[in-house]
Amino acid sequence: MDDDVILLDFWVSVFGQRVRIALAEKGVHYENREENPQNKTPLLLEMNPVHKKIPVLIHQGKPVCESNIIVQYIDEAWHDKSPSLLPSDPYLRAQARFWADFVDKKVYESAKKIWMTEGEEDQQVAKKELIEVLKVLEGQLGEKPYLVGESFGLADIALIPFSMWFHTLNEIGKMNIERECPKLAAWVNRCMERESVSKTLPRPHKFYEFILEMQKKKGH
Amino acid sequence: MVGSEVILLDFWPSMFGMRVRIALAEKGIEYDYKEQDLPDKSTLLLEMNPVHKKIPVLIHKGKPINESCIIVQYIDETWKDKSPLMPSDPYTRAQARFWADYVDKKVYDALKKSGTLKGEQQEKAKKEFIEILKVLEGQIGEKPYFMGESFGYADIALVTFYCWFYTFETLGNYSIEKECPKLIAWAKRCMQRESVSKTLPDSKKIYEFFMEMRSKLGHDHIQKVEDFSPFRGRGVFLKHGRLVRIRY
Repeated sequence: MDDDVILLDFWVSVFGQRVRIALAEKGVHYENREENPQNKTPLLLEMNPVHKKIPVLIHQGKPVCESNIIVQYIDEAWHDKSPSLLPSDPYLRAQARFWADFVDKKVYESAKKIWMTEGEEDQQVAKKELIEVLKVLEGQLGEKPYLVGESFGLADIALIPFSMWFHTLNEIGKMNIERECPKLAAWVNRCMERESVSKTLPRPHKFYEFILEMQKKKGH
Repeated sequence: MVGSEVILLDFWPSMFGMRVRIALAEKGIEYDYKEQDLPDKSTLLLEMNPVHKKIPVLIHKGKPINESCIIVQYIDETWKDKSPLMPSDPYTRAQARFWADYVDKKVYDALKKSGTLKGEQQEKAKKEFIEILKVLEGQIGEKPYFMGESFGYADIALVTFYCWFYTFETLGNYSIEKECPKLIAWAKRCMQRESVSKTLPDSKKIYEFFMEMRSKLGHDHIQKVEDFSPFRGRGVFLKHGRLVRIRY
């Protein structure tokens, strides 16, 4: 079952990291192939003709695209390997999907704006928006160890790669996310105790270097 | 045996609400339909969906489930003994989710632009919309439904837009059937299912609704204030640079 698993990825992508965390949680062996977004391989274009994006999981020659969908696929295809990445109860599963979807709709866009907008005022709006979004997630976390129920799962996997961005956001945005959202910071540390997470996520300063490099190229 | 207390907070012309109504009908579930008066959102709606403040919301035994595609999966998993809406094998399930997600990411915005923009921008938007429909058509291919022989999750995600086609064809002065005959054939096939035909409002009624909403706003360009976080989802529109609350 483990044979013939290939992941098309790009080291800095939070979406690719979600998939790598899920594969690590299940102990699935795979071949990681690094893609360059500026120079996409024919394989990527063939395996994801619709969106032409990473990550793409290729299992026994067949592609699965979109990170949250891939994570659910990994959970179902390797359902005999623990841990489960989704709860078994339908209501909690709906909650897990809802929060993974919330991260997709809200966190990515509002975080990106912070290093992409120019102008003090626009950046202030972007910062306020991001903190609002993170506080909603903190509210969902409450006193629980993880976002949905007692176990690490889909919703946590969807959000945890963004923790790698906090250092960059704090520097560029002149903010302190950990101080504004202490419960979320504690959740980050808890997740980082899992090998699947700590071995997957790049060091925050590496991401910061990447963003600075990107900004330099744009002539900031 | 699952409890029978099922409530749906919805808005009749919403293609997202219709998805849930189709799923409930496929499963033969009885429920209490509560029409929501947007933008005057009820206390119940705001309590049950505090994050997005949007319909549809399914309330089952007092607990809310939000986001139409997530609700449809919940319905399928909770009432699993009848009419499965998801394929049984993990790979095909991933495909079904992928195509429903594609509809969510692409169809709504493209459809709206194709009917509401003007001039050259509208021509570009129409072209883009048809391209998206052709991708979906390509996925269906020679199959009766998205994933093969059975009507299911991906079909439900897209078919609810069918009753809105007439509105945007009329506004954009084009024919979707001419450009994507196989897609329309698929839609008509879905309409042969009672769950679909009894759920989708008549296309002309949708058109009347849209034209009434547009005339109340007073001009042709509707810009919804979705990025203004305090007003997110509260039916506040930008008209000539001023914020205006509109009652449908």
